Amino acid sequence: MKGRDLAELAARNLREAVLRNSLTTLGIAVGVASLVAMLSLGVGLQNLASDRLSRTGLFDAIFVTPKPNTPSFRRLESPNPAALTPVRPLDNDGRHQLEALPDVIAVYPEIRFPTEIHYAGNPYATVVAGVAPSDRNDGAFDQMKGSFFSGPSADEAIVQIELARQLSTPPEAAIGKDVVLRYAERQALPAESGGVKSDGYSIVPREERLRIVGIIETDPAGGFGAFGRARLFIPLKVAETLRAAQTNDLRDLLRDTPSKRTYDSLTVRVSGASKVKDAEDAIKNMGFAAYSLLDASNGLNLVFRVFDMFLAIFGSLALVVASLGIVNTLVMAILERRREIGILKALGAADRDVKMLFFVEAGAMGLVGGVLGVLIGWLIGRAINFGTNVYLARQALPAISVTAVPWWMVGLAITFSILVSLVAGMYPASRAARLNPVQALRYE
Amino acid sequence: MPMNAHTSGRAALRLQQVTRHYQMGETLVRAADNVTLSIGAGEFVALLGSSGSGKSTLLNLMAGLDRPTSGAIFAHDRNLAEMSSEELAKHRSHTIGIVFQAFNLLPRMTLEENVELPLRLAEVERSERGARVREAVDRVRLSARLSHRPSELSGGEQQRAALARALVNRPTILLADEPTGNLDSTTGDEIMFLLREINESLGMTIVMVTHEHPRAERFAHRLILMGDGKVISDGGAS
Repeated sequence: MKGRDLAELAARNLREAVLRNSLTTLGIAVGVASLVAMLSLGVGLQNLASDRLSRTGLFDAIFVTPKPNTPSFRRLESPNPAALTPVRPLDNDGRHQLEALPDVIAVYPEIRFPTEIHYAGNPYATVVAGVAPSDRNDGAFDQMKGSFFSGPSADEAIVQIELARQLSTPPEAAIGKDVVLRYAERQALPAESGGVKSDGYSIVPREERLRIVGIIETDPAGGFGAFGRARLFIPLKVAETLRAAQTNDLRDLLRDTPSKRTYDSLTVRVSGASKVKDAEDAIKNMGFAAYSLLDASNGLNLVFRVFDMFLAIFGSLALVVASLGIVNTLVMAILERRREIGILKALGAADRDVKMLFFVEAGAMGLVGGVLGVLIGWLIGRAINFGTNVYLARQALPAISVTAVPWWMVGLAITFSILVSLVAGMYPASRAARLNPVQALRYE
Repeated sequence: MPMNAHTSGRAALRLQQVTRHYQMGETLVRAADNVTLSIGAGEFVALLGSSGSGKSTLLNLMAGLDRPTSGAIFAHDRNLAEMSSEELAKHRSHTIGIVFQAFNLLPRMTLEENVELPLRLAEVERSERGARVREAVDRVRLSARLSHRPSELSGGEQQRAALARALVNRPTILLADEPTGNLDSTTGDEIMFLLREINESLGMTIVMVTHEHPRAERFAHRLILMGDGKVISDGGAS
């Protein structure tokens, strides 16, 4: 029998026992819905975690520092301490080399310095940090009040909420106001100073007026490589031009070339998490210490995959139970349609035709149940999201999405539903195909 | 093995020492016992006998709905006993048309859909089906009832519909199992006239199982009387 004829006959048969077939299909739909709801929760939580982590900027970033050469206790016993490798300073030459590495999109220093700011005539001690333009995507800026810097060189500042509360009541009133930044600028001394060769630098107090444009809750880069929490953030380019004295400046002074600028650390951003490993290896070969959170991210993905797998297993259980409903429905259909099967065979239907007819009926229930189940599962996901966000709103927390139904899940769930239905239909279909037509025709 | 004047001389069906035994508990039922006969193409044969004589068993064997325990059944020189179940299904679809005492129309289908069903099973092109259905329904004079369901038809109409369904694939052999058994005498005669007309106009071989001796004598060319699974007598109608 041709496919279209099979489909038409199967549809007719399904319509005949519409209540029973609908209930069976609903059973499958509930099974699929449970699977989709479970998986969507797993995937949603994974997406949420990945999104939050990737927006910290930690997973496409490599943190580069000078290689430590502090000897271990064992090395201390070494007869030749002079054999220790000298530290390669993280200077501008190194920075340019890092910028030239493949897949590197930005290299910028960690600029943080203690300072004093003046707001409305009052002084406040705080720590200032430079913020790279790529940090704009950091989760810390999601719920910010006001706006991000208007440009990479804008004389603007973003204030952390605690500091904003000290500056003004309500804190939001500080937005649009000016703040004066007092800092110590590092100035190189002339090569010859008073007839004495000088290779040092002087510290000169400076002021910089900045316009407060936003308020954020947390330090965007505070979690990694930072020396203490900053409270005032300025564009990185502005921070670099200030040439503010930093904590490692004293160490520079003791070097052979103290006027040469060095960095405590540099952040190297690559074009994607997959590029981190190669870049990290290259940086280490250059004689710097490098660290990334890629391994932590891989471990996290593994945890979520196992989590998803268990959720899928529990979700599938309902579908397996539903498949028993298909077996029951089709076995009942064989009993009811025994005579009809006999007639079909008498009119020329082959065993294969009868088998296919039952298969198509099972597959159709699987398809409809699958589609319906995905829809119900998606709705359950939406309900979970809604409930979660109502709760979060009461806690004054931002809305999130804890469930996700990507297209691959839709395809997978429907395919799985059809497959389970076909497997469930195998026994009834082969039983129907094996019916003896003479006995079937005698059946009343 | 008599052949009568109505045949073309070529055998449409040949049964050689056909037996069909059933095991019922500890009893062996010999439903067909060493039956040998030949039915010529174009013959109208009535298989007569009392209940349990084996006439329906023989009909089922000729239809390829059942397989013999031993012996050979040739339909146009092809041995059904050696056919696979797939080939038997093709035999039923293309060579054989069957009508039953209980009509066996599918109740949820209209007359048109019932008649079209064998065309679906034989994978006849859709474009051809409409004309084939009309041709078969015209032959049994039911064109006005195409959209009716079996429950909306009288017994005679239902049997005519079943006849149209049996004819739609243009078989060469028509097997009828008590076709008038559920009909009153007048309607039964109408069906018999129709069968005779089909036999004469299309030259179709008809094997009809019946227990109505007078009617068989009136319409069939040849009467085969069965008893206890054996052919008791085989001869032309009076």
